[in-house]
This record gives sequence, C-alpha cells and structure tokens, in this order.
Amino acid sequence: MKWIKYISIGFFFGVLIVKSEALSWFCIQEMFRFQSFHMFGIFGSAISVGTITVWLIRKYKLKIMNGKAIALQKKPLQPGAQLLGGTTFGFGWVLTSRCIAPIFALAGTGYLAPFLILGGALLGGWIYGLVREKLPH
Amino acid sequence: MHILKDLLIYPWPWYLTGPLMGAPIPLLLFFGNKMLGASFSLRHICALIPNQIAYFNYEVKKGYWNLAFAGGVFLGGLVTYHFFYKISVVEITESTRRDLFSLGLHDLSGLMPSKIFSASKLWGFQGLLFTILGGFLVGFGVRYSMGLSQLSTSSAIAIIAFFGGGIIMTHLLLPLII
Repeated sequence: MKWIKYISIGFFFGVLIVKSEALSWFCIQEMFRFQSFHMFGIFGSAISVGTITVWLIRKYKLKIMNGKAIALQKKPLQPGAQLLGGTTFGFGWVLTSRCIAPIFALAGTGYLAPFLILGGALLGGWIYGLVREKLPH
Repeated sequence: MHILKDLLIYPWPWYLTGPLMGAPIPLLLFFGNKMLGASFSLRHICALIPNQIAYFNYEVKKGYWNLAFAGGVFLGGLVTYHFFYKISVVEITESTRRDLFSLGLHDLSGLMPSKIFSASKLWGFQGLLFTILGGFLVGFGVRYSMGLSQLSTSSAIAIIAFFGGGIIMTHLLLPLII
C-alpha cells in the first residue's frame, strides 16, 4: 500500500495539531492580538524547519530513495495574487481560525462546524477555479 | 511514569510541536518526492467532480497522495482528540480573555466559542458567516495566493498578506460582526 506513508505522515501531523492546541479558535485570537507567543512559536519553528530543510535539499540536490531528483519546482512570483489572495485568506483565517490541514484535524473531533467550514472552503476553491482568468495575478 | 502519563494526556509546548510540525515537509520529499501543500487537497476534491472548468481538468490521480495525507490528518486529529487530549478549557492569556469577554464571548470553553459555533447557533446568520463564508475566504484565498507550498519568496509575501488580513479582521471587522 503506497498510500500508507502519506496517511502516516498526515496522521503524525494531525496528532501535533491537536497536541499543540493550534486547533483552538482562542489561540488564534491570542496571536492576532499579539498577547501570546504560543502560536508564533509554532508557526515560526514549523516554517523554519520546513524552509531550512527544503533549502538544504535544494543546495545539495539530495536524491530520494529510488534515485530520482527531488521534485522542487519554484512557484511563480505573482505578487498581486499573493497579496490579494493572502489577505482574503487572512480574513477567513480569523473567522474560522483554520487553514486547510487543521480543518481536517478538527473534523476528526466530531464537531459539526469544521464540515461547514470545509464545505465553504471547497466552494471557495471552486469559485476560484471558475474566475481565475479574470483575477489580477 | 507520571511524566509519560502527562505527555499522553496533556497538550505539548510549542517548542516541541512547532519544529515537529515542520517535519512532514522533508519527510514527504524524502519518502515520496512530494512537495507538501495541504491546500491542493481542495483543488483535487473539486477535480474529482466532473466539470468543464479548465483549472480542475488534469490528471487528478497524481493528487491522490495529497488526499491520503489529508485523510491521515483527519484520523490523527480524531484519535488524539478523543483518546489523548483531556482538556476542556484551553488556557489563554488574561488580556485575550478580557478582550473576548468585552466582545460578548463569555464562554471560552472548548475549542471554539459556543456563542457562534455551537450546534444550535451554527445555522443562524452568524454561524454561517463564520463557517461557510469564513471557509469560502480560506479556500478562495489559499488557492489564489497559492499558499505556502514552495517556501520561496512568493511564500514570504503570502505570509505577510495572511497576517495583514488576519490583523484587519481581528481588530477592525470582528467587533462589528460578533
């Protein structure tokens, strides 16, 4: 089962999302009010680990187990999309207090709200696909 | 033994969880030659539905691993929350507690304010605003900005915009809609 490794890595991530309390709507409020370091610490260290390891892999062109070069295309720099899309995301981030992966983890708690949030997110992704040609990028 | 038991039941500090949460990125690269972008799962789910939109017509099979990852996150959340997380009130800073109280959020137990997200409130205008519209903005914004997937300069701009949007929403708009 080649999916097992992806499910396992996802599982590991899901455990950490709950154990770090990043699922809490209130912790996101602490962060945006600059009243606690907790969430900054989580984001800062997680993104640092990700960025540094990706940088190392790029620099030393590390090969993966089966010998193929690691898939690292750079995403195109489109400041308009990043700024407008990013701000839109920021609005939703506060309302729901979720980015994408935590929605799945929260759905596991059995609350109803994350399923509505996921429905909204899918709708948002769908509408983006519909209108993307007309958006400034 | 007490320490082990505490580790199993109670939340973990950021300096443990944060760095570990960065690990899936190199793990996926190493074991699957895949670049993590959780937000792509939205695109893949949309692409599973037959449609005429160019953006959703591609070989979705290549994205199955991403959906497997999302399924794993769901299972990890489920197991951990129900069996290894015994907290009914997340400890938050006194100043945040006061700010939220003055916004009318008096019940700060659980993971979300019950005034907005409880099952009985969810289908009201406010509940739908925070879930469906909130989710919509997350989904639309994350695809538009392309998320953080490649961790390059564009991701840095996106992060600044994420926080900018979040600060505007928290300080200017939230008091108007709670």
